[in-house]
Amino acid sequence: MTWTDLKSALAAEGYVASDDLAVALQLALSLGRPLLLEGAAGVGKTEIARTLSAVQQTRLLRLQCYEGLDAAQAIYEWNYQRQLLSIRAAAEGGETGKSVEDRIFSREFLLERPLLAAITQDRPPVLLIDEIDRADEEFEAYLLEILSDFQVSIPELGTIKAVTRPIVILTSNGTRDLSDALRRRCLYTYVEYPDRQTELAILQARCPEVEARLAEQVVGFVQKLRAEELEKTPGVAEMLDFAAALMGLGIADITENPAVLQSTLTTLLKTQSDQAQITPEVASRIAGKAA
Amino acid sequence: MTRVTKFAARDPGPSARVAGFVAHLRQNGLRLGVAEAEVAMAALTAVDAIRPDDSRRALRAVCTGCKEEAEQFDMLFDSYWMDAGRVKQKVIPAQSSSATDTVHSSRDARGEDAGASGDAVAPDDEGGSAESDGTGKLVATEHQNLSRRDLRDMVRPEEIAQAEAVARRLGAALRDKRSRRRIAARKGDRLHFRKTIRHSLATGGEPLRLLRRHRPDRARKIVALCDVSGSMSVYAQVFLAFLAGLMRGDPHADAYLFHTRLVRITEALRDKDAMRAVGRMSLMADGFGGGSKIGPSLMRFADTYAKRFVDGRSVVLIMSDGYDTEPAEQIAAALEKLRKRGCKVIWLNPLKGWADYAPVAGGMAAALPYLDLFAAANTLGDLAALESELARL
Repeated sequence: MTWTDLKSALAAEGYVASDDLAVALQLALSLGRPLLLEGAAGVGKTEIARTLSAVQQTRLLRLQCYEGLDAAQAIYEWNYQRQLLSIRAAAEGGETGKSVEDRIFSREFLLERPLLAAITQDRPPVLLIDEIDRADEEFEAYLLEILSDFQVSIPELGTIKAVTRPIVILTSNGTRDLSDALRRRCLYTYVEYPDRQTELAILQARCPEVEARLAEQVVGFVQKLRAEELEKTPGVAEMLDFAAALMGLGIADITENPAVLQSTLTTLLKTQSDQAQITPEVASRIAGKAA
Repeated sequence: MTRVTKFAARDPGPSARVAGFVAHLRQNGLRLGVAEAEVAMAALTAVDAIRPDDSRRALRAVCTGCKEEAEQFDMLFDSYWMDAGRVKQKVIPAQSSSATDTVHSSRDARGEDAGASGDAVAPDDEGGSAESDGTGKLVATEHQNLSRRDLRDMVRPEEIAQAEAVARRLGAALRDKRSRRRIAARKGDRLHFRKTIRHSLATGGEPLRLLRRHRPDRARKIVALCDVSGSMSVYAQVFLAFLAGLMRGDPHADAYLFHTRLVRITEALRDKDAMRAVGRMSLMADGFGGGSKIGPSLMRFADTYAKRFVDGRSVVLIMSDGYDTEPAEQIAAALEKLRKRGCKVIWLNPLKGWADYAPVAGGMAAALPYLDLFAAANTLGDLAALESELARL
């Protein structure tokens, strides 16, 4: 599959990818390397994994990172309660020693978390490691073993090797610097806010019922709004909400009613100071330019 | 579009060219190893390598690792593969020196040399380009000596060692018990299931010894911003020694200088040689001792670096006298923005040590409501005395 095929396959699932992203994805697929996506919140980093799993017709395993995430939550954990019960039962049944030990440290008692699950699937799944920058640096080290060797060492069981190699996609919002070791192992793409044409294509793919004229206006408005000095720049998801809100209110032209336009801005502006900054006058000025 | 670089006939083949390109990138500061060169080759076989744009995208995905590198990549790619900036070099040799004024063409020549790919650039070009090379090392040493305000005159190695000790103690005072991860500990608040079960096997499945785990202490991250404007030059010695010591004592600390601009000096101060680190710092603080724009500098910090490096576990240390040439509201707005990131803000003002000091300077007065601690600091001793105050934060 060439990258143009991949791009059209993604588009068929409703994701309009830039050329850079499509090439990077195709490389990630053909080289079997993890792909690290960085970019502002709301540019569609997480969505790409979901769409890719749909294109490949495979499972999506998602690991949401957070501060304090550890191996027990990400890779595997023993089912301790069950082990304890099993030991007691075994003691009453007269079973002792090595046989109990072998039994309670078998796969049956292992709780698979996303990373272990990802390498034991029969069909290579898409493994999405979301917001890796939120996890601690220690966790990156765990991740490195899996990303480089695709195997997990469990002291009691031995090393579990990957049955198939998952397609790994990591996303980061850049809240902290990732280690060079992790960056080295990954392909990298910085996802920008889409340009006007791309964003229009996204809107048409996601909300085909929007009229062409309104779509032009919505995209123009959001693009202009991104140029303003905002604390939280609206992303693609916000743009889709905005379009949906306008449609729901039955508006065909955003310049015609400033009051309604202002009320729908709640879908785009997510902090108090941003809302204070984009007054009705500013909003209608931007709308006038966009139209 | 520029035309594609013509490689010499004795060129050993595409793989050598790719190796040359990787070397070229390495020369320009991208951190690439041998493994990357391999992946780059594999990537080129996976795309339609005849088409320059596809190759460009593929190599960008492989060779870059962060946003800055991705932005830099296009120019580097052009300079190597697309023959950028030196089309006329061979025709009019007299112009070769002016052509090498652009950083990329000069680096290009060296990069290809390292890859031994036998490029069209004649060897005599390299002699000229090496002089105007922009990688900074050679130029840097000369420039430091000429620089009128060399920070190395102001900071002595003993002071850095002292400051390092102070910085270590301050870091220790800023322990924070907020880690969410639990680790095994003799006295913990929760059971350590894994260990308990493991040990219970020895006693026939009866968990006789209950092992525990707790939340470990986590060090806070210190982010230091030092004002090096004219009014602060008297105190610069102490603060710069402190910064240098801080960076050596605490691997997670982060340091910035500002006067009319903001400069990140963390990387420079990490240099293994303490005095060389200070030398690099003085080079970066070009324009030292001029006016001060505290508000805009802090705002710039809050808008850019703070988004990446400041979180709820950070302590922002601002060392300034609060004399700002810009409106005071800017300081307030910047600090408010910083506070929203959940960090603690400490302002060390050397003037506060004076007998009847009152924060009347507009900027200082505006900043006060946003500070967790407002303290005096003129000497390293004062800084060391902050330890108990910081522990209480």
